[in-house]
Amino acid sequence: MASKVYDWLEERLGLSAIYSVTLDRKVPKVNWWFTLGSASLFLFIIQGVTGVFLAVYYVPSPDHAYDSIQYIMNGVAFGWLIRGIHHWGASLMVIFVFAHMLRTFFFGAYKFPRELTWITGVVLLLATLGMGFTGYLLPWNQRAYWATTVGTEIAGTVPLIGPFITAALRGGTDLSGVTLARFFAVHIWFLPAVILGMIGAHIYMIIRLGIAGIPDKDD
Amino acid sequence: MAKSPHLSRNEFVKIVVGAVGTLIGSVIAFPAVGYIVSPALAALRGGGKDTWIPVGPLENYPLGVPTLFSFTRTKINGWEKTTNSYGVYIYRKNETETVAFSNICTHLSCRVNWNEERQQYLCPCHNAQFTVDGLVAGGPPPRPMDQYLTKVEDGTLFINFVEG
Repeated sequence: MASKVYDWLEERLGLSAIYSVTLDRKVPKVNWWFTLGSASLFLFIIQGVTGVFLAVYYVPSPDHAYDSIQYIMNGVAFGWLIRGIHHWGASLMVIFVFAHMLRTFFFGAYKFPRELTWITGVVLLLATLGMGFTGYLLPWNQRAYWATTVGTEIAGTVPLIGPFITAALRGGTDLSGVTLARFFAVHIWFLPAVILGMIGAHIYMIIRLGIAGIPDKDD
Repeated sequence: MAKSPHLSRNEFVKIVVGAVGTLIGSVIAFPAVGYIVSPALAALRGGGKDTWIPVGPLENYPLGVPTLFSFTRTKINGWEKTTNSYGVYIYRKNETETVAFSNICTHLSCRVNWNEERQQYLCPCHNAQFTVDGLVAGGPPPRPMDQYLTKVEDGTLFINFVEG
């Protein structure tokens, strides 16, 4: 029965071709450092799923942000678990993405023909840091408020356009409900959209070009 | 390949992968489903508490004419206090008998109004009609109007409000 269903789908969707192209690729002999990209992808998926669940109860308004998180932590079954995974996963993701970049750099894997993979990777690293920056404000506690005050102030040290950047990040001169709402929108819509698109391009190139092995003496 | 009576390595791996996958899936699914449905479960557990609400001296209410009394109740839903307003029609049939009807229509929860001219409760939404005794006189309602228990203490009328 199951094989009949599979055959029916296979005839119309060509699933085995997807499988062989994505998973039956020839891979050079590599080591554990080469798993960091997959680990980053896994963490992104974890962050996405737990983030969707947090959005069920979280409210991005100064009146309710803090209370809604207290409710997630104490009022909802397993809320502590889902927020805990999102919280620690965020730090882990920054670490893994950064380590992945270091591996790529030191093994020279960014060289021809993989320059574009590297560039999309740079965008992904910056977007990941952006997720960390915007997500940090959302609990709307003292630490979040003052960290974002300082962070947006640092952005303001850019010559000439600094004050404009600070105001654009805050949505006004002060850190306010407007700031919270836009950080939330960037955190759950803008940056995830960028990251998804870039991951798609990144993985397409990995499949198309194959991965670079460990460089030897001749490289 | 000849069919061996024992499990082949391939079959064994398939079974183990299926079993471990099911285990991991349920370990993930249990908290996920619990997280989504827990407010509903809390509401079911916490419901059914009742309180007696004073609605004023009995002599405030005229005999034979249903009179609306409105009150509000505050409840904490998640991270927010929600204030709901309720209406109750106090109907004194005679000196000794008093009935309190919820003004929530038993059809789809619109609020009914007492119509003096027609001597009926009318619902503005789907033209439900109830008699002065709360019985269905016409329209779509599935059951008579809901009632609150009443009691009189020291001349003050109380209704028994059950937390929804």
